[in-house]
Formats: sequence, C-alpha cells, structure tokens
Amino acid sequence: MLLSNTEGIPGKNIVAFHGIVSGSTVRAKHVGRDFMASLKNIVGGELKGYTELLQESRDESINRMKAQATQMGANAVVNVRFSTSSVAAGASELYVYGTAVTVE
Amino acid sequence: MEALIQLGVLLVLVSLGFFVGRIAEKRHYSSIIRREQEQLGRPTTAARTVMGDDRPVGRSELVMGSVVISVDYFKRLLAGLRNIFGGRVQAYETLVDRARREAMLRLLESCPEADQIINLRLETSSIFKGRQKQVGSVEVLAYGTAVYFQSPLQ
Repeated sequence: MLLSNTEGIPGKNIVAFHGIVSGSTVRAKHVGRDFMASLKNIVGGELKGYTELLQESRDESINRMKAQATQMGANAVVNVRFSTSSVAAGASELYVYGTAVTVE
Repeated sequence: MEALIQLGVLLVLVSLGFFVGRIAEKRHYSSIIRREQEQLGRPTTAARTVMGDDRPVGRSELVMGSVVISVDYFKRLLAGLRNIFGGRVQAYETLVDRARREAMLRLLESCPEADQIINLRLETSSIFKGRQKQVGSVEVLAYGTAVYFQSPLQ
C-alpha cells in the first residue's frame, strides 16, 4: 500500500479512483504516564510518553485507513491528511483521511 | 501556616521551573542547531511536485515526525501574567518554535536516504490544557512525501 500526501504518487499514473478512506482512534493517556507528564510539566521539555502514545495511535489510524483501502481494492492512498482534536479532557482523537486510488 | 506552606511549594515549583527549565531549553536548542547543521542542504519543499530535478522518480513514501513539548512552571506563570496586560507571549513563542524545529528534524532523520521531501505540512495541536485553560503542552506533527529518484544504473 503506497501512501502520499501529494495529489498523486510521484512517478506513477493513477488509473482508478475509489473514494475517500479514513481511519481514527481516540486515545486517553493512562494514569502512570499522566503522573510522569505532570511532573515533567514543572520543568518543561519533551513529554516522551505522550510523543510515543500519539505516534502509536497515529500508526493505528493509518492501519485502519489502509485496511479500508484494501477492502475497496485500491493499492494506494493519495492526498493523506492528518488531524488531531481533543474530544474530552485527557483524550484526543487522531484522524487520518485520504483518497483511495489504483496506480499502475 | 497553611498559606505559608502553599507559598513555599509555589516558590519551589517556580524556581525549579526557572532553573531546570532554562537549562533544559538551552540544551535542547543547542541540540536542534547542531542537528539542523547536519541536515542542511536537504531539499525540502512545501510544493506539491518535485522541483528542479528531471530524474525519474523511483519510489516515494509518506514520512512523519512528531513531538510533544511542554512549558515549565515558571513560563506558565509568566504567560498567565501576560494575559492580564496582553502583548507578545515570549514564553510560548520558544515553546512552539522548539516543537516545530524538532518535528522537522525528526522527519528528516527518519528518511536519511531520501532525495527530496515534497509537500511538507506542519500541524500543531494543544493536546493538554491545564487549569485556567492555560496551554500545557503542544504537539507538532510534520509530514510529507519522501521521493527517491531512480539510480542511473537502472
């Protein structure tokens, strides 16, 4: 499965469109990480736990999107966009969407 | 007595934030600058197509880099005071600047072999809000398409 955030896959021609595909996950941070983060909040700096958590969730969203695209019979997803929103205190949604296409 | 303890705790937090936070920020900045030097000259554009190169494209892939960074206690307090008078909030300017540059570097470091990175996009979101709706930490995600040209042998 090829992914790209441009209009096409560079160097390849699109032969068929399949429509929009998307994937999302809503994740909450767990207490341990939250506690460490609140300590880190005093001195500032990178919150490694959160970086990893968000990266994992984003990978999961991408996998869901890929699965949907495979179901449609596509072999690539173009124009991939990411969006993050905090739906509630302590939880954020990671959403990824794109257009499923078939390339040569 | 209780008020005195509270004041003491606040003072400790503020001074901890001020000293440790300042050292951590300096260290982070020097690491960013050093790594930016290493990545200097790699063609990265926000344009949608490959620029200034006629070679055929071999393959491409989606690349990402992300980071979550939070401000220290002292800066948060400073920014809170700034809210009263308005104006530039320098405390947060360095926060988002650090986060963006770090995310960009992580993206570049994730694909050392790529010839060009096109359609670079940066997305910022505040993932954690502290008390009084103050910004606690921001997440920056940098993403783009890494392009690998065909080698002339093929």
